Amino acid sequence: MSGTATSRWGLRVLGLGYVLLLLLLPLGLIFYKTFEHGIAPPLDAITSPDGLNALKLTLLMVAIAVPLNTVFGIGCALLLVRHRSRGNPLIDAVINLPFAISPVVIGLSLFLLYGTTGWLEPALAEAGIKVLFSLPGMVLASIFVSLPFVVRETVPVLQEIGTEQEQAASTLGANAWQTFWRVTLPAIRWGVAYGVVLTTARVLGEFGAVSVVSGSISGQTQTLPLFVEKQYQNFNLPGAFGASVLLALLALTTLLAMNVLKRKEDA
Amino acid sequence: MGITVEGAFKRFGDFQALNDVSIEVPNGSLTALLGPSGSGKSTLLRAIAGLEALDAGRVLIEDEDVSRKPTRKREVGFVFQHYAAFKHMTVFENVGFGLKIRKWDKAKISARVHELLQLVQLDGLAERYPSQLSGGQRQRMALARALAVEPQVLLLDEPFGALDAKVRKDLRTWLRRLHDEMHVTTIFVTHDQEEAMDVAGQLVVMNEGRVEQSGNAADLYDHPANEFVMSFVGEVNRLGNHFVRPHDMSVSLDSEEGSEEAMVQRVVALGFEVRIEFVLGDGTEVWAQLTRGELQRLELREGQIVYLRPGQTKSFSGDASPDGGGASTPRGPAGGDNAEVSAAV
Repeated sequence: MSGTATSRWGLRVLGLGYVLLLLLLPLGLIFYKTFEHGIAPPLDAITSPDGLNALKLTLLMVAIAVPLNTVFGIGCALLLVRHRSRGNPLIDAVINLPFAISPVVIGLSLFLLYGTTGWLEPALAEAGIKVLFSLPGMVLASIFVSLPFVVRETVPVLQEIGTEQEQAASTLGANAWQTFWRVTLPAIRWGVAYGVVLTTARVLGEFGAVSVVSGSISGQTQTLPLFVEKQYQNFNLPGAFGASVLLALLALTTLLAMNVLKRKEDA
Repeated sequence: MGITVEGAFKRFGDFQALNDVSIEVPNGSLTALLGPSGSGKSTLLRAIAGLEALDAGRVLIEDEDVSRKPTRKREVGFVFQHYAAFKHMTVFENVGFGLKIRKWDKAKISARVHELLQLVQLDGLAERYPSQLSGGQRQRMALARALAVEPQVLLLDEPFGALDAKVRKDLRTWLRRLHDEMHVTTIFVTHDQEEAMDVAGQLVVMNEGRVEQSGNAADLYDHPANEFVMSFVGEVNRLGNHFVRPHDMSVSLDSEEGSEEAMVQRVVALGFEVRIEFVLGDGTEVWAQLTRGELQRLELREGQIVYLRPGQTKSFSGDASPDGGGASTPRGPAGGDNAEVSAAV
């Protein structure tokens, strides 16, 4: 075997070993532990009223936060790439904040804004809107932490396609709206789709920020990740593992759905 | 007039792309904007389409001032150097795009698209995607797409720039024939003087954001307004303040009135044409273009001493700007001879 072949194999073993040890082994163990005593214990935990409620709440948050961040993300990417202005570097930096700041800190900041002594509390209380320990606060936290994904995935694709196709559309009589729907969006759709998948995964799995603002009230403001923690603390391991596997499956499904769609189109 | 631009100025940062440009393009003509890169020719074309906003000046299409109109309302067909094909649409959908925007019904779109695909010889490829076409096919598709909406004017920005030499030549001929059939007022931008002379009836030579001269090919070649035009629309030798075309150099073995001694440096056979490089007594390097027959008659060898006599020479007093106006040719300053141009087209 020549030297380069040896080093190639060495690199492969190293890479696979790393992935195996740090990613696949823990995940595999969860699956193993979950079904160690059959399917009944995890299933019971998930189908308990609290478990079902956590699932419903998590899906509801995805249904609200993901579309909002998708629309915002595309708009923001268009602003950054297509309308050069002096404020753009600042906007660009601000959008990365959720990546840089710990989710717990984000949760706390929402607390300061909407909490009993918060700035916006008086106005909201008057209007009868409860943000903390209820859905609005949790959705706000989810939007905050998952905000950068669509922007970050869309910006490079927008830069790559350039402006010529859009200019061609305008010479053919298309207005800005028609150009966006018929030319720009189809051209950037896979970048957007990837951003949506990442956003979904993040909203599904968010723990820190949501934990702070939700209060984690069983059957009310408990999302699946919070449910997992509660079950674990109560020594209900099958329940904790079952909910974990469910979470993992949900995230994998979105990823798989995108791949299937893309393959269908490429074929 | 088909297209008129009056006093156009455009600046990008420190770069003056257009500096008081005025042109007139007669209805139904095929005009080339010719110039080196950075001369402002593409900017001018994009300004006519409304893809660039002018800092000052007016654009008129069919005598209507369209300066304030957005691109989509100017009814221009535009063809980009890199095709700007809609990659996610088939050839059929690309060509039908403008018609769909205009809410034509399906049957009419289909009929029109197939008519156009036939015109550009892509009829069998309607269901292909742009990625499955060659460069020449993509550009023909882009042309069909631009023509589909029956534009008042057709604007082509270095349309053959990204294609290889053979395809370029074919498309050139084909574009000229197409124009003969359609008679839509057409402007195309190129930096290739041979291409411009081959395709266009009228040429506008640009340099550093200004129009240097406009006229038909023979006009520009035989009566260049200044040094820039003379050297841009053909090969040129410089002898002191005089300019002479390499094919106007006569080479003889004997000294005669007005001839100058020169040494043959290099003989390059280019097929029918032969390029001979000389060095003069004062070190100036010049070259002459001879036919193969002339070369055989003279039996020139490298290192040989011969006598050169420039035939027609030209000199331009003052600088090379169009305002110099001191050309020894009977032609006046550039831009002022549009009437003649119109007549020539």
